Amino acid sequence: MAGGKIVVAGGTTKSWKVLLGLRIFAFMATLAAAIVMSLNKETKTLVVATIGTLPIKATITAKFQHTPAFVFFVIANVMVSFHNLLMIALQIFIPKLEQKGLHLLSIAILDMLNATLVSAAANAAVFVAEVGKNGNKHAKWNKVCDRFATYCDHGAGAIIAAFAGVILMLLVSAVSISRLLFNSNKFSSTAPSATATDVP
Amino acid sequence: MVKLTQRLGGLVLRFAAFCAALGAVIAMITSRERSSFFVLSLVAKYSDLAAFKYFVIANAIVSVYSFLVLFLPKESLLWKFVVVLDLMVTMLLTSSLSAAVAVAQVGKRGNANAGWLPICGQVPRFCDQITGALIAGLVALVLYVFLLIFSIHHVVDPFLLRK
Repeated sequence: MAGGKIVVAGGTTKSWKVLLGLRIFAFMATLAAAIVMSLNKETKTLVVATIGTLPIKATITAKFQHTPAFVFFVIANVMVSFHNLLMIALQIFIPKLEQKGLHLLSIAILDMLNATLVSAAANAAVFVAEVGKNGNKHAKWNKVCDRFATYCDHGAGAIIAAFAGVILMLLVSAVSISRLLFNSNKFSSTAPSATATDVP
Repeated sequence: MVKLTQRLGGLVLRFAAFCAALGAVIAMITSRERSSFFVLSLVAKYSDLAAFKYFVIANAIVSVYSFLVLFLPKESLLWKFVVVLDLMVTMLLTSSLSAAVAVAQVGKRGNANAGWLPICGQVPRFCDQITGALIAGLVALVLYVFLLIFSIHHVVDPFLLRK
């Protein structure tokens, strides 16, 4: 059968290279977001009262662990970067395994689930950070960013990196789905295809 | 016969997701409560918080989209497009739900480190209705994850799995 002749030598076709490049960028973006947010900490000493001439200082810290949304952000970004690392390793070291259909399908589904995961994490963090930056008059929640400017800046950088990761994961999912569709078209057509195979 | 039940199952799932998303929108829009706290009167509406506005808009888009896809004929070429659109809609749903849950959690428990007091004690009916809307959003999300796998199955030939 013509569909049985699949090129198995190496993996230098265009979609393979594009997918690998996108995965490397997505891995770097989500890892950067996780690392920057997990090291986000700022300590400030304020004078709260003065007894005679002796000022009483209170030390307040702003850590990412104080907000559950940021904890979820760090954990989700670590998970997605680990998934990307695993897929990169799979793609580089075992390119021949991708001929079977179930393999491609599971990769596509996993990519889609991780894209939704990182999107959820980035959005939760950005909305809670918006409340922290602007405050909320109706609920009487004061803004935090005027006192902890460095904390807010680092958090903003991590969230921007996570959004870059969201866009990249969406592209990765799109390319995985198109590889799956292309592979299925190749197998389901009964006429021998004249074009060279593109998948590996 | 198998194909007919599959198609029917897909339609039922999509109609259920449409209902869930619409329910989430309606529950959140109609949540409005006025409470008087000594001399202050606090009106809690969903539009006070940006995350809830995003939740309403995202779920409205999702319900319109699933209503339109309900009428897509089976042999149309647009089903490949529906796969990618389903993925984007699922991402929209997860992002809006997680943002709304994150902010609602701050409203329910407060944040002691930032000096934010919980507001659910003053407006309990508002909080309950928001919780209901979030649960409906969660149901819509779970249904859409199934629909994503279903749309892929609709487009990809079943022979792929038996190679």
